[in-house]
Amino acid sequence: MVVISDILVQGAQMLLVLLLAPLLTGFVRKVKARLVRRQGASIFQPYRDLLRLLRKEVVLADNASWLFRVTPYVTFAAIWVAAALVPTFATGLLFNWTADLIAIVALLGSARFFLALAGMDVGTSFGGIGSSREVMIAALAEPAMLLIVFCMALVAGSTQLSTVANFLASSYVGLRVSLGMALVALVMVALAENARIPVDNPATHLELTMVHEAMVLEYSGRHLAMIEFGAFLKLLLYISLIACVFFPWRIAVFGTGPLAYAVGAVAYIVKLAVAGFLLALFETATAKMRVFRVPQFLGAALMLGLLGTLLLFVSRSF
Amino acid sequence: MISAVVISSAALQLSCVAALLVIAVLAIALSRSEHATAIIYGATLAACAVALFGALGFLLGNTANASALTLPIGLPWLGAHFRLDALASFFLVVVDLGGAAASLYGLGYGHHDPAPHRVLPFFPAFLAGMNLVVLADDAFSYLLCWEFMSLASWALVMAHHREPGNAKAGYVYLVMASFGTLALLLAFGLLAGPAGDYGFAAIRAGQHTPYLAALVLVLMLLGAGSKAGLVPLHVWLPLAHPAAPSHVSALMSGVMTKVAIYGFIRVVFDLLGPPAWSASVIVLFLGSITAVMGILYAMMENDLKRLLAYSTIENIGIIFVSLGLALAFQANGLKLAAALAFTAALFHVLNHSLFKSLLFFGAGAVLTSTGERDMDRLGGLIHRLPFTSFAVLVGCVAISALPPFNGFVSEWLMFQAVLQSPDLPQWALKIMVPAVGAMLALAAALAAACFVKAYGVTFLGRPRSVAAETATEVDRYSLVAMFGLAVLCLLAGILPGLVIDALSPIAIEILGGRMPIQANEAWLSIAPIAESRSSYNGLLVMVFITISASLAVFFIHRFASHALRRGPAWGCGFSDSVPAAQYSGESFAQPIRRVFGTLVFHARDHVEMPPPGDIRPARLRIELHDLVWEVMYAPIAGAVGVSSEWLNRLQFLTIRRYLSLVFATLVTLLLVLAIWS
Repeated sequence: MVVISDILVQGAQMLLVLLLAPLLTGFVRKVKARLVRRQGASIFQPYRDLLRLLRKEVVLADNASWLFRVTPYVTFAAIWVAAALVPTFATGLLFNWTADLIAIVALLGSARFFLALAGMDVGTSFGGIGSSREVMIAALAEPAMLLIVFCMALVAGSTQLSTVANFLASSYVGLRVSLGMALVALVMVALAENARIPVDNPATHLELTMVHEAMVLEYSGRHLAMIEFGAFLKLLLYISLIACVFFPWRIAVFGTGPLAYAVGAVAYIVKLAVAGFLLALFETATAKMRVFRVPQFLGAALMLGLLGTLLLFVSRSF
Repeated sequence: MISAVVISSAALQLSCVAALLVIAVLAIALSRSEHATAIIYGATLAACAVALFGALGFLLGNTANASALTLPIGLPWLGAHFRLDALASFFLVVVDLGGAAASLYGLGYGHHDPAPHRVLPFFPAFLAGMNLVVLADDAFSYLLCWEFMSLASWALVMAHHREPGNAKAGYVYLVMASFGTLALLLAFGLLAGPAGDYGFAAIRAGQHTPYLAALVLVLMLLGAGSKAGLVPLHVWLPLAHPAAPSHVSALMSGVMTKVAIYGFIRVVFDLLGPPAWSASVIVLFLGSITAVMGILYAMMENDLKRLLAYSTIENIGIIFVSLGLALAFQANGLKLAAALAFTAALFHVLNHSLFKSLLFFGAGAVLTSTGERDMDRLGGLIHRLPFTSFAVLVGCVAISALPPFNGFVSEWLMFQAVLQSPDLPQWALKIMVPAVGAMLALAAALAAACFVKAYGVTFLGRPRSVAAETATEVDRYSLVAMFGLAVLCLLAGILPGLVIDALSPIAIEILGGRMPIQANEAWLSIAPIAESRSSYNGLLVMVFITISASLAVFFIHRFASHALRRGPAWGCGFSDSVPAAQYSGESFAQPIRRVFGTLVFHARDHVEMPPPGDIRPARLRIELHDLVWEVMYAPIAGAVGVSSEWLNRLQFLTIRRYLSLVFATLVTLLLVLAIWS
């Protein structure tokens, strides 16, 4: 019985992230549109976009290789597995011991590795410029992310995300300087990793200013659908991560029964909505920075993570 | 039982070494013959395979007793001692696995060699030398074998001595190798003490004062570090490793650097006795600098083999960081954490030998089929070399520390070791270790960037030269060697528990502690301390990715449109029809050069714009400085040059002046003696 309910919770979570991911992006776009007094597309537009892309034919560049065709699926799978390992509405997922936070970061790294290669595959300048800038951003964002992981792991005494979430939800952790720094750093990294303003602009049509979008410029049809879906999932993953570690209120602790799960699910959706709204607000209020200002932005995240970790090395009570 | 004893003994290993030496002699006799390549590499493969199984049998057999053997050669009062223990057997596995793979590769690759008689005799000799260094159990044999290994590899570096740059590479290598041996000689001299007992058993039993231990550590860092490629002693490595034929490059990068690490572990962990915590500070510092500098150099490089050589420097840095952590834990009696860091280091030794050999084989395949090492003249090879490019892709993913391959597991273990270090009592370490962790993470992320560049520019895109456009797939032996290593990379990544358990006798032998038995974990996952603290399951990650990707493919192919049209790439209205207009290695590195290079390499981009009216095209010139060479080595080389020129005058004196010189020297010495006593 226990195993069946475990599998149900894990399966429900994997489906939930798939279903909610486009909605979240649609919601962020809608809020952004409303904030600049536009009507904006429906919040269900991303679903329609995905369906439309699936129905379209794929236009493949003449010299695209098998790697180019395989990458959308590999990327999507790596991000989906990573997203399935982040607790959303309940902790203690069945397979949480499969991969800890470091492995989740590395899974996202695998996804980016293949996308960057695909950007180089066709041999156009846009793919190259996107890939080279993407790996530059990643080269700074990944160490920052790992230091944030160190910070959380040292507070909770574990790199297992479920254990971290359980620890932070159940016991009295209090306000900690190190966790505050980690939160700020994590938000900065999340903005960079999801190609949001101020690091990158997901809505632009000027190829020269883009990073992520330039890299996937050659994709079309079902391939593009997988890549877009992957990007939606990644945004959801980062928001879930921030929510379950820093705002674990009402997250259902493992094995507490259906009612707690229902409360957890409602709380999760509320958290997503709040985070989506804040993201849209922030994106509307700031401008995109020049590409070579990004290292300073991410360097600040790196330093915050390092400082947080250092404080915890000095004393566990910071 | 008797057969087990015979198989896993020092005698068997030494017989394999003897066989390799015989093969080397045979190669001299045969070298002009037509079938020499097949015979020599085949025989080397057989000898390495036997040695590999012997060493593996010893390591997995959990034999508590080391197997020792003394031969009546070498110093008359000492003899030559050889000993096979767990540590030695692991490094023999690394050496012979690399040797077997390189021999298999050589069966095909060797046919393209323009001068096989310069390679064939030295190849088995080089392997024999590396085996002997690991087996040696006294300082004299150790140094002798070390020097034999260095000289054999030097001969292999000089195999193509007419190619530009190779003579310089050989010269720099010879100077640095002699310097390294000198440091080792002094280190062993200090260890043996005035009594001069050079047996490792006697050194191990002796007491060493802290000052002496610190001095030996520094000398080992100079001696073993210069062979392994620690910054700033790395300068010879990116010159010499690429100069050799590719399978020898694989051995030098993947295996010989590991033999140097073996020497470091043997002396610092085993012979010196309990370490001081301050020793770990210097190892951690040098290791983290090496890791980040190595990969930044690699990122700036456009020569495929030199890029791989620089990436070796990075991996050596990572291994030294892990060894430094092990030293810190061991000095404070944290056995479990020390075993974790030490096992991570050994795991990375194995991993790096696997994927670096694979990548050098791939570079060799590119070299045979196109004749090019310069990435900016390659491109599009994924269409022309489908199998090679797949194997190299596996190697690139593995070296970039991405799951589910092996590189990730060892880095993951290192991060877990970093997370154990708040328990360290020393403030210097408390402050240093988080920064070292950040450097490790930075090196890992930059490695991924570097291999996106290496693979993307070489294998993807459109061909940049006729050679790349007309390349053909390489022979089967080379492909089997590459795919074998690729499979091993995957296996070590998805079954890391088996590797960790196999490494545990070494941790027990050297540190007196071990990691928890991983075979007890459910579903083949690994948990370095306890499952509640951290665990990772490569197998399940791989299964999950496969299932999710298959699900996605299934749904897409079931419900989505199948239509597919080939067309020209989208050029935003301006199609760049010239392949040279693609992103090149240099342009790919530009963002990272701008972020890190201005500080580390004093990199500057100069745009040379012709004056108005001039129709020459504008040019972008990149200025990079190798500061280590310019600040450290160039002044030393200059001083040596000036002083030798000055001393040169002594060669052209008249007989009278020589006599007066001798007389003056004699008087001075007598005066010194008189004043001294």
